[in-house]
Amino acid sequence: MKVAFTTSGETLDAPMDRRFGRAPKFLVYDTSAGNFEIVDNVQNLNAPQGAGIQAAQAVSRSGASSLVTGHCGPKAFKVLQAAGVAIYTTDAPTVAEALDRFRAGSLSRAQSADVEGHWV
Amino acid sequence: MIIAVASGKGGTGKTTVSVNLARVARQSVQLLDCDVEEPNAHLFLTGELKAREEVRVPVPEADETLCDGCGECSSFCRYRSLAVIDKSVLTFPELCHGCGGCIRVCPKGALSEKGHRIGVIETFQTGHVSLVHGCLDVGVAMAPPLIRAVKSRIRKGCISILDAPPGTSCPVVTTIRDADVVVLVTEPTPFGLHDLKLAVDMVGELKITCGVVINRVDAGDGRVHAFCRDRGIPILLEIPDDRQIAESYSRGMLIVDALPEYRPRFEELLARVTELSTNERKESHAYL
Repeated sequence: MKVAFTTSGETLDAPMDRRFGRAPKFLVYDTSAGNFEIVDNVQNLNAPQGAGIQAAQAVSRSGASSLVTGHCGPKAFKVLQAAGVAIYTTDAPTVAEALDRFRAGSLSRAQSADVEGHWV
Repeated sequence: MIIAVASGKGGTGKTTVSVNLARVARQSVQLLDCDVEEPNAHLFLTGELKAREEVRVPVPEADETLCDGCGECSSFCRYRSLAVIDKSVLTFPELCHGCGGCIRVCPKGALSEKGHRIGVIETFQTGHVSLVHGCLDVGVAMAPPLIRAVKSRIRKGCISILDAPPGTSCPVVTTIRDADVVVLVTEPTPFGLHDLKLAVDMVGELKITCGVVINRVDAGDGRVHAFCRDRGIPILLEIPDDRQIAESYSRGMLIVDALPEYRPRFEELLARVTELSTNERKESHAYL
């Protein structure tokens, strides 16, 4: 299965970005193959509105069935839910740490948006 | 003739000027309150409610039996008001600007228009003044579609006065666009001057002729006068910082009703505005 992480870097030791819609990149990790690909989210960085919506579409298209991020707003939550992507929030500092926690099953699944839109 | 009353800074007296201007007109006149987030002209011109209509903007609605999930609609929309997941389209009406582009680009004809309510337009009649105002619903972020709906009530052949919202952004530009003349109301303070400069630049961008009304004229200094002189902008009226005006305002009364000695000044304002707009038309005809 594939898991998407929000990050500003391109490696497993890169820092997590706690934003979802305006995270610069998604690291999409394939747990069965043990490798990952980077999906650019740069088109959303300067969007005045709707960044979460577009980011959710991008994650869905990447084939990820789970998302690990810092926070998730209401519109992104709605799209991710429609796409069947499970959302986990974490304060892990790096992608590797977030991946470890995800594998250990210590992350709890978000049942609703935990921030308003434009929360940063 | 379309006269827009704008300001830049809030609280300078746009509505005061608009309602008094409407009252002194000797012919049939319309006052269109385009400050749809907080319309208040009706507090001064109380009249009989003639009509109340809901205003809707067209937002897309998807027929999922026709959608093949191509995503053209979503990638076309610069406001990101649609998301396509597999073969289902999620719409976010609160982000939609109602341009209809998604409906046009859909190769399957799966999208159609549905009305999304944004507010109401009410029309009142007070003597010879017909007052039209828009009230934006709470939670609606975009005023321009409602302002355009208010402006669609403009009747040709009479005087139409547009009371603009404060500021210099989209709602104001939507209001004053197509006006024959803009009256900029300011006050002689550093704040009034700062925002007047912005408003003058905005009006210049739109190539509309303008004049200035200075309210509470004894309150500040001479920098607004100097600015107008330097820029060649006519000062159409100066309203003194008169306690009686403030008192009549507090009671919701018009200056020209409560203090008839001011009536000739507003009549002169209307005459000067009319003259500005006529000159403007002659000049623009010269280019044709």
